[in-house]
Amino acid sequence: MSGGHSKYVPVNGVMKWMDERLPLPRLVYDSFVAYPVPRNLNNWYTFGAILSIFMVLQLITGIVLAMHYVSSTDMAFNSIESIMRDVNFGWLLRRMHANGASFFFLAVYIHIFRGMYYGSYKAPREVLWILGVFIFIIMMATSFMGYVLPWGQMSYWAATVITGLFSAIPIIGVPIQEWLLGGFAVGDPTLNRFFSLHYLLPFMLVGLVILHVWALHVVGQTNPTGVEVKDLKKETVPFTPYATMKDLFALALFFILFAYFVFYLPDYLGHPDNYIRANPLKTPAHIVPEWYFLPYYAILRAFDFNIGIPFTDIVLLDSKLAGVIAMFGSLIVLLFLPWLDFAKTRSGNYRPLFRQFFWIFALVCIGLGYLGSRPAEGGYVTAAQILTTAYFAHFLIILPLLSILEKPKPVPPSIADAILAKNKAA
Amino acid sequence: MSAAKTDTLPDPSKRDFLYITTGTAGAVGTASFVWPLIDQMNPDASTLALASIEVDVSSIEPGQAITVQWRGKPVFIRNRTDKELEEARNVSIAELKDPSSRNDNLDNGDATDINRSAGEGKENWIVMIGSCTHLGCIPVGLAGEYNGWFCPCHGSHYDTAGRIRKGPAPENLAIPKFQFINETNIKIG
Ligand code: HEM
Ligand code: FES
Repeated sequence: MSGGHSKYVPVNGVMKWMDERLPLPRLVYDSFVAYPVPRNLNNWYTFGAILSIFMVLQLITGIVLAMHYVSSTDMAFNSIESIMRDVNFGWLLRRMHANGASFFFLAVYIHIFRGMYYGSYKAPREVLWILGVFIFIIMMATSFMGYVLPWGQMSYWAATVITGLFSAIPIIGVPIQEWLLGGFAVGDPTLNRFFSLHYLLPFMLVGLVILHVWALHVVGQTNPTGVEVKDLKKETVPFTPYATMKDLFALALFFILFAYFVFYLPDYLGHPDNYIRANPLKTPAHIVPEWYFLPYYAILRAFDFNIGIPFTDIVLLDSKLAGVIAMFGSLIVLLFLPWLDFAKTRSGNYRPLFRQFFWIFALVCIGLGYLGSRPAEGGYVTAAQILTTAYFAHFLIILPLLSILEKPKPVPPSIADAILAKNKAA
Repeated sequence: MSAAKTDTLPDPSKRDFLYITTGTAGAVGTASFVWPLIDQMNPDASTLALASIEVDVSSIEPGQAITVQWRGKPVFIRNRTDKELEEARNVSIAELKDPSSRNDNLDNGDATDINRSAGEGKENWIVMIGSCTHLGCIPVGLAGEYNGWFCPCHGSHYDTAGRIRKGPAPENLAIPKFQFINETNIKIG
């Protein structure tokens, strides 16, 4: 997509005719065939391609599921059961869609942590990173609404709790919540609009992904050294066949894991309570979201105290609003990452201190995920408070401080030098 | 001098007027199209029509409670025992996380036990919207550290008068508009 030096040559008269009218083949060729990628990319760089494939997979399985699904509170639960039992291959399509969402998130988390480790968000890739955060947020909204559709107990109560977040906003909160629900509680209007939006948002996601890839192709990929490409000929290879094959191989491995879940552990990642029809008069004893939301859920529940001015009764933020702000804040802070970490050295490979804090941060996220799955009692709440503090401290205190204080290791002068040095050592 | 000016420059006020009126009409037109798109999501007429219900409470013995549905939400109706009343009365307002009565039948007032109950002579009755003021789960009765209600979702404890005592919920359980229309029946809404 980089303007100017296109390598595309139409193979025949028809393609030439097309190229002069709508150069779409040229665009595809320049973006996915001739496009130069650094030759030292490792396997962590294959997750972008895996993500694109999983998005397409969710679209395909979702559109066919929608042919059998009925979005009314009387029928939704039964229509899912009929997809599972009566519709030809319905069991397969639904399990692919439900587990596909989980694997989509697994891939996106790896992709995000890859970006954090190699400093992919640093100039000139800020817009690319921010688009990625938007994609992540839209994914979360999409799968939240998708999870409501089967109309099980977890569907219903997840919808209640998440729309309840908006009631924390002072004064306009409750009207906003009723506007979202279309009633005073989750019901038919809610289910219908969630279905409508669950159909729409994935297409907005496609739009964002196109922008994301466009931005990527303007600035080029990073690589494990964090040094920009200096010599196209020596340091890059064409996307096809090199990156295509590497990505396909990684995809095949990822698909094997996916297939194992779809065929042998189809309900492992779900919750058994979602096979109980939604009951507006009974909350399950222990509500948990899908695994990929658990860290945020732990942050939400960590605030069991009002925030006020010490030694007075003045409350600035009640516990509920504080939890909601912290939960959304944990996503919003990602948008500012390019400016919170302003160290000159890009890749974590050459930042010994940063690297330690990166792994601590990864453990904090996993720890929060574990705590999100536990009941909100006693020691679990205290632990969640400590880890929530650590989460925000990483972005707001540690990264800016490291940017000033850390003395990085010397960075290789170019990718070619790094590769040569590595080959010599081996 | 002034004659030359009117020759070369057209009268600005007339053109500005046209720009502004066109712009205003466009803005009003857009807004009046956008509003229906937003407002269609609000609770519709059939939802709003489910305004009030009547419940017979004569069979609820002290210590028992029922849950009824009103506007899609659960409503707890509980006949409290003397011991539970005692416990609720012995709490001073200063100890409460939310000192407001949250009772739609009163203009405002402190969260004293009498202000939370069905009132003088009917202090044993408590009628509340059974949706946790945190994020809307349904608390479980006769549970929690204060023997009132416990919300399993994120661990909020309410006392026997439905007042928030511990956990993330910010407010006491809400009391809807209701009244005893005779000795046995309550009208909610
Ligand atoms: C970004 C991509 C998407 C994600 C992350 C996603 C996520 C989800 C999730 C988590 C569920 C609940 C699965 C369950 O527990 O049963 C679901 C259900 C559903 N989704 Fe999607 N979805 C996506 C795209 C789509 C698309 C494009 C459609 C097409 C209309 C669609 C239609 C449906 C339907 C009909 C259901 C209900 C059936 C079921 O529960 O299996 N989805 N989705
Ligand atoms: S909804 Fe009751 S504690 Fe969160």
